[in-house]
Amino acid sequence: MSRTLSISIFRHNPRDPASAPRMETHELAEAPGMTLFIALNRLRESVAPDLSFDFVCRAGVCGSCAMVINGRPGLACRTLTAALPERISLHPLPGFALIADLSVDTGTWMRELAERLETWVHLAAEPDLDLLEAPLSPGLAEEIHELDRCIECGCCIAACGTAQMRPGFVGAVGLNKIARFRLDPADSRDDADHYELIGNDQGIFGCMSLMGCEDLCPKELPLQAQLAWLRRGMARQGLRGIFDKKDKK
Amino acid sequence: MKVGHTDVLVIGGGLAGLRCAIGARRRGLEVRILSLVPAKRSHSVAAQGGMQASLGNTVRGAGDNEDLHFEDTVRGSDWGCDQLVARMFTHMAPKAVRELAAWGVPWNRVERGSAEAIINGQRVILTERDEAHGLITARDFGGTRKWRTCYTSDGTGHTMLYALGDRAVAESIPVDERCEAIALIHDGGRCQGAVVRDLVSGELSAWLASATVIATGGYGRIYGVSTNAIINEGIGAAIALETGVARLGNMEAVQFHPTAIVPAGILVTEGCRGDGGVLRDVDGHRFMPDYEPEKAELASRDVVSRRMAEHMRRGKGVKGDGPEHLWLDITGLGAAHIDRKLREVRDICHHFLGIDPAREWIPVRPTQHYSMGGIRTDHRGESPTLRGLFACGEAACWDLHGFNRLGGNSVAETVVAGMLVGEYVADHVRDEGSAIRLSPALARAFIAREQAALEAILARPAEEDAHAIRRAMEATMTEQVGLFRDEAGLATAVETLTGLLARAGRIGTRNKRRDANPELVLAWRLPKMLKLALVAAEGALARRESRGAHCREDYPARNDRDWLKRTLVSWQADGPHFEYEPIEVEAMELPPGFRGYGTRNIIEHPGTAARLGDTEAQRAALAGAGRDAVQAALLPFEALLPERYRGRNARLGEVGQ
Ligand SMILES: Cc1cc2nc3c(=O)[nH]c(=O)nc-3n(C[C@H](O)[C@H](O)[C@H](O)COP(=O)(O)OP(=O)(O)OC[C@H]3O[C@@H](n4cnc5c(N)ncnc54)[C@H](O)[C@@H]3O)c2cc1C
Ligand code: SF4
Ligand code: SF4
Ligand code: FES
Repeated sequence: MSRTLSISIFRHNPRDPASAPRMETHELAEAPGMTLFIALNRLRESVAPDLSFDFVCRAGVCGSCAMVINGRPGLACRTLTAALPERISLHPLPGFALIADLSVDTGTWMRELAERLETWVHLAAEPDLDLLEAPLSPGLAEEIHELDRCIECGCCIAACGTAQMRPGFVGAVGLNKIARFRLDPADSRDDADHYELIGNDQGIFGCMSLMGCEDLCPKELPLQAQLAWLRRGMARQGLRGIFDKKDKK
Repeated sequence: MKVGHTDVLVIGGGLAGLRCAIGARRRGLEVRILSLVPAKRSHSVAAQGGMQASLGNTVRGAGDNEDLHFEDTVRGSDWGCDQLVARMFTHMAPKAVRELAAWGVPWNRVERGSAEAIINGQRVILTERDEAHGLITARDFGGTRKWRTCYTSDGTGHTMLYALGDRAVAESIPVDERCEAIALIHDGGRCQGAVVRDLVSGELSAWLASATVIATGGYGRIYGVSTNAIINEGIGAAIALETGVARLGNMEAVQFHPTAIVPAGILVTEGCRGDGGVLRDVDGHRFMPDYEPEKAELASRDVVSRRMAEHMRRGKGVKGDGPEHLWLDITGLGAAHIDRKLREVRDICHHFLGIDPAREWIPVRPTQHYSMGGIRTDHRGESPTLRGLFACGEAACWDLHGFNRLGGNSVAETVVAGMLVGEYVADHVRDEGSAIRLSPALARAFIAREQAALEAILARPAEEDAHAIRRAMEATMTEQVGLFRDEAGLATAVETLTGLLARAGRIGTRNKRRDANPELVLAWRLPKMLKLALVAAEGALARRESRGAHCREDYPARNDRDWLKRTLVSWQADGPHFEYEPIEVEAMELPPGFRGYGTRNIIEHPGTAARLGDTEAQRAALAGAGRDAVQAALLPFEALLPERYRGRNARLGEVGQ
């Protein structure tokens, strides 16, 4: 049986002084296999030509299209309307600057995070490209890949109470990246360096372990386990730091 | 009007653009990247199956080397590629993979000992060597003689793009996100930069640069159903075409991938078949061995796609609510393998089809996938006709792929081309930089021209509907410039597209906003996309032969006698102008031959026999001299490489030799 969807969309253009935030509701005939990507494009083609939203891969891999779907952050492109009730509400992802309507600026946020946490392998020396690569245990390579799968979609930030209250908080996305480089034998940083980056309220000690992030991560990253592991490591490093300072005194 | 200066302007933040920018930056230049989206959201992120490089670590890859990779690439291209570029590429690919490993790509590694694998539908036991343990492993891909495709599960593009994206941050390279290059600034002989539109504020500005690099990816979205990201609209190639000076090459060479899911068109990787998956028809019959007994599902991509279409024409497709399709069966691989090595495929099947591929077959059909054509450059990545304009990656046609690209050769190409072109660009700026006169007045004139064109769109009434025109273009390309082509269909396509292009000049917008206005963006881009569609269709109409992915049913032979040449097109006041550039048989290391699919159907080039005799004589004369010496005699390329990349690649078996 085909349904008529009633889709309520947050509309606002922050650059337009005449624009006020509002919800706009449109009806749409549901089609088989319809995703929110298809639905939103149909609305743009018909009744809402100026509707802003972001899709790139439309396959759930690029992290562009996160939005709040009936109250839950998620990837719109891979959300089938069939999995939703007839009434659908869509809001932009909180925690990021609004561009317009459902489009938010996650890119600038993630770039700043990368600069702050230096999310690249810190090499002891540049590799000689003519030689065999350094061996890596197959299991460890898979473990690193597991954490490397984050698509910077921002769902964990939208879902995180701390991140919403404390704008500088690096969130699960940032903490997971530190966990990833901590695992990587090619990265020359040690826990003292990691502590400098996240051993504070903006980092691991700001996290209240409520796990909104893990529940909503579309890549199902093992955030809970990683955050716990980091917290233990950083607590240890914190103590070490205190003793080191005493020693120096 | 804001006009900025930089040494190098890189348009595009995918794999090719990022790696090129990093190379130029490391040579001490000021570099700026523009991208429609945050760099890490570029289409490269979607590459799944892997990257070809002849490391030869896994037991099924042992004995691999540059020579085999080169020959596979040339055969794959149906002899349409530039063999010099193919040589440079296959020499560089191992270095590229190893650099990425050092920069953090967690390539899957060889595990010593025995494990089960599926090859050609049979279960076999493979035993990996002790000394290979922990080195980068590889999987099988179509059209290759060795297992050569390095991978991180089926998220290869993601791990590569993140490693390079973060490396660009490490090198402090600014990326202007949500910024679109909308025109190249040039004086008829030299490219001086680009006019840029901020997609959020709508404002125009310009960057003047000693070198401008286009790395904007493919133009798949001129087709209705495509595996490409929706931003792959080919605007980079279109603005090069619109200069009237730069030329595009082989725009009719468009690849269709055998396995995109139905109806969404989302790709499931060739790795599915590489790892042992098979194709089945409506009766559940595995049909590929009937057509291609030797290579079956792992024949070259263009061949598998055509065989699938042929089989459906014979009534063996699966008809249901949606489009007709066939089945990809990976159930034999088992849940454990799929969870580890094909997890994106698993997720895609789960989210978009609601099925578990470990237990159910996946509905697939051939779908537009890759653009072999692009901005014509020399082996250094520079346009031969517009100085200071470089291109690399899928946007370029330095011509590694000819008329068919091998799976896994594209992400490899993007990084290799980035490494090389980054160096050549730096050389260019070093050698010519001080003599280049960049003109702010010219930049302002170009901004004014573009601003006027945008204002004209906003000012006119919406006489034509952009979406309707777009859909007509997409349907024309899919139906008449698709997998199978003929004179009548192509002639109709050219006529239709010409009409659509004229109508596109009357598209208006309902809302008149200048900032963040999706209607304006489409009205602006559509005529550019239509130009690309038109030159692809006209190129295909003119090319009366079948080569690689370009299959003319009315001219089924590969005609080396008349068509061993590259299509070049420029856009003039009266429309597209075509020229042809010969692919010199006399310079080939591997003279034209039979690819080994179907029956031999080639009209020989008159020079082929002589070159074949010549290469054989040279090989005989150098017997025992070692493969490098033979190669250097047949097609010398080393001196053309940047010095830092000339070293031999070490391999397990060859260490110490
Ligand atoms: C689904 C899928 C899977 C694939 N899997 C594989 C695989 O397993 N192995 C393989 O070898 N190949 C694969 N390919 C092909 C390969 O992914 C691409 O060819 C390659 O990633 C292209 O990289 P690129 O850097 O050239 O361009 P892209 O990654 O497409 O990047 C283009 C960049 O240009 C920017 N841009 C575009 N236009 C403009 C403009 N006008 N102004 C400013 N910026 C602009 C974009 O924002 C983007 O940053 C796959 C392709 C698809 C579609
Ligand atoms: S556990 Fe809670 S506080 Fe910590 S990052 Fe996740 S959502 Fe935020
Ligand atoms: S950790 Fe998960 S939810 Fe957070 S940005 Fe990465 S993929 Fe998205
Ligand atoms: S559009 Fe890429 S994840 Fe949704």
